[in-house]
Amino acid sequence: MVLFGHRIPPAYSLLIWIGLWELAGRLELAFILPPFSSVIAELWVLAQRADFHAAALQTLQSFFIGMVIAIIGGVAIGFAMGRSRVANSILGMWVNIFASAPLSSLVPVLMLLFGLGQTTIIVTVVLFAIWIIALDTYAGVRHISPSLSEMGQSFGASRWQLLTKVLFWAALPEILAGIRMGLIRAVKGIVIGQLLVSVVALGRLFRTFSDNFQFEEFWALTLILFVFALAFSSMIGWLEHKVEYYAGSRI
Amino acid sequence: MSTTASSAPAAVEGPESGRAFLGLGSVFVYRLLSVIGLFTIWEIAGLIPISVAFPTFSDTMQALWEMTADGRMTDAYGETLKPLAVGVSISAVFGVAIGVGMGLNRLFQWTWEPIFVVLQASPVAALIPLITYAYGIGLTAKTVAVMILAAPIIVLNTYKAVRNASPTLIQMCRSFQGTRLQEIWKVIIPNAAPVIFAGLRLGVAAGFIGVILAELLITPTGIGDLISYHRSVAEYAHMYAAVFSIIVFSAVMVGLLEKVETNYFRPEKKKGH
Amino acid sequence: MASVTAMQSPHAAPDPAKDNIVEVRDITKFYGTDIHALDSINLAFPTSQMTTLLGPSGCGKTTLLKIIAGLLEPTAGEVFVKGKPVTGPGPERAFVFQDFALLPWATVLRNVAFGLELTHQPKAEREEKARQYIDKVGLGGFEDKYPHELSGGMRQRVGLARALAVNADVLLMDEPFSAVDEQTRRKFQEDLLHLLSVEKKSVIFVTHSIEEAVYVSDQIVLLSPRPGRIHSTIRPEISRDASPDDIRRDKAYLDTVEEIWNNLRKYLD
Repeated sequence: MVLFGHRIPPAYSLLIWIGLWELAGRLELAFILPPFSSVIAELWVLAQRADFHAAALQTLQSFFIGMVIAIIGGVAIGFAMGRSRVANSILGMWVNIFASAPLSSLVPVLMLLFGLGQTTIIVTVVLFAIWIIALDTYAGVRHISPSLSEMGQSFGASRWQLLTKVLFWAALPEILAGIRMGLIRAVKGIVIGQLLVSVVALGRLFRTFSDNFQFEEFWALTLILFVFALAFSSMIGWLEHKVEYYAGSRI
Repeated sequence: MSTTASSAPAAVEGPESGRAFLGLGSVFVYRLLSVIGLFTIWEIAGLIPISVAFPTFSDTMQALWEMTADGRMTDAYGETLKPLAVGVSISAVFGVAIGVGMGLNRLFQWTWEPIFVVLQASPVAALIPLITYAYGIGLTAKTVAVMILAAPIIVLNTYKAVRNASPTLIQMCRSFQGTRLQEIWKVIIPNAAPVIFAGLRLGVAAGFIGVILAELLITPTGIGDLISYHRSVAEYAHMYAAVFSIIVFSAVMVGLLEKVETNYFRPEKKKGH
Repeated sequence: MASVTAMQSPHAAPDPAKDNIVEVRDITKFYGTDIHALDSINLAFPTSQMTTLLGPSGCGKTTLLKIIAGLLEPTAGEVFVKGKPVTGPGPERAFVFQDFALLPWATVLRNVAFGLELTHQPKAEREEKARQYIDKVGLGGFEDKYPHELSGGMRQRVGLARALAVNADVLLMDEPFSAVDEQTRRKFQEDLLHLLSVEKKSVIFVTHSIEEAVYVSDQIVLLSPRPGRIHSTIRPEISRDASPDDIRRDKAYLDTVEEIWNNLRKYLD
């Protein structure tokens, strides 16, 4: 939008929404929606609480462990599917099913098998993230111009060299896009997992806040999660942007 | 020359055609083998058993049959699909409208795009406990849960589709003196239809996650009730059967929508695969 | 004037193992069951000469080149390079790709040195050699640029330098100029001829441009389509000493172009 000759980036429209939120909170339109300013004030308090630190740390830990497993597994599955027709016939169907399956229904099963602790949360993160990473990696591998791998072959590349020096890098833009999508899904997964397990980390805080009508705290915690999700996905987005130049130049 | 030409194909046709025949069938064969393999592993893992809470595949199927036969399954799906259908329909109508508006109008886009990007990238599921306070524990709350998960992806896909409508086609329409309204109805929206539909398919998938989450979190109804009830009474085979059925059900639904998409919107994709 | 011969050229040497660096014997290629791409091709490629495979699209010229490169397997028949049968890609052959096949994430220097990198040559050594060839193809000063920062013609020069840097005896060029605009293409053809007169390579060149074939080749193999067969072999007898512009106005050049066109036009409908 252009205002008085200045181009205003769309992100600034969020300020209008925040303004509306503040107004709705002040007018007490809904008792679950406290004013934005008091949520921010509560966020400040919350950020200094020891129980929040412990919960956040535990959540981050499960998140990173889960993401690392999902990235390694997803990229490997995607490459196998992209390079081998047999692997694609065997795995393709399952990857597609689980990429769009209601994984929230699996969480109770995971709770039974892995207990009400961190393992369940890690497995949830992996299950939410791995399939989209595999699908995007697969798309990236299928996208590689055949002449690029012919080039490697004709200059005598071994299978390993072809994989590490040509194919991986050629598929990198899609792999990064997959990791970004996987990350977004993983954040959703970790929240869904913790809400359902509800006795660990942020899940317990959410449960406590909503049971005790502590809506400021509840919203503050939600805001932290939103910012965290956006920050992570824009970090990967920045990496993606760095390799964008060659995604477009491929034939 | 001509003799070698006619003999050469005969020499190679046999093995080549055999390979092609196997090649066509092999995708199906491999899939079948992978299904059988997975269920076998499941059966064996259940027989060991790897956990007291891990029933065998055959027990699970028996429980599935039992619940289907006595009508519990049908009732549960009736309960679960209600908020899903209502939520996805409302999201589709408003989502497509907002998305088209964003694609056509700069100010509209400026106002709405960031909020939907935030909602799409964030774990909005965190808000489900709050929904209970606002909308109670009935159908409305579950419908809202479906909507907050399904709407953002529908809006953003529609917006992208409209925004990326072929500029050449738009210029073509203008060069033939098409009005703005004709441009929108006859060029932009048909051009954007495949991507809009793909967005609806993703919206349905997100809606499934939302409805199950709501049923597990708000009040147990439908499939969510089957899962949590059988868990609480330790009838694990029945619980697994419910989880199994909802995953298969959503896979079939999403697969059907994908079929519709390829058949009606992307005929060019049909031949390639 | 050009000498036209069906199948076997009278210039063919008595001892093929010595004077023909590449020999193709009874190559037949099917894609799947019903696409017959090549039908019993027999060809000899003389050492240190430029042979062009010319024909309309669908005549299997690129398929034949990739079979010689060892990138595709023939359905029947064999290819010999320096008397040895081809089983896959080898160090005595280097390929120049139609779409350049450059690594978009690597600089010009790394791209040119890539063939040497794959054979584990020390970094300093391979970069030294790469710089040498970057200069030879006229890209001095562009070592640290990325492919997307170069024009199409410059990108193909990188592809050519990469092929020269591995010091293969045979260069296999698959329509190397088809993605390059006309002006650049002419300049590139001249530079290529000059470079080859210095480097003494044997070249197998695929093109669909008659003018290009006549301008650059010692020997032209005309292929007819569906299935690909050898129509005839032509040796344009054009003096290479004349200036490029004189060659393009030379009667022998124009006559050869005309003659090939008359041979090929019946396949176009």
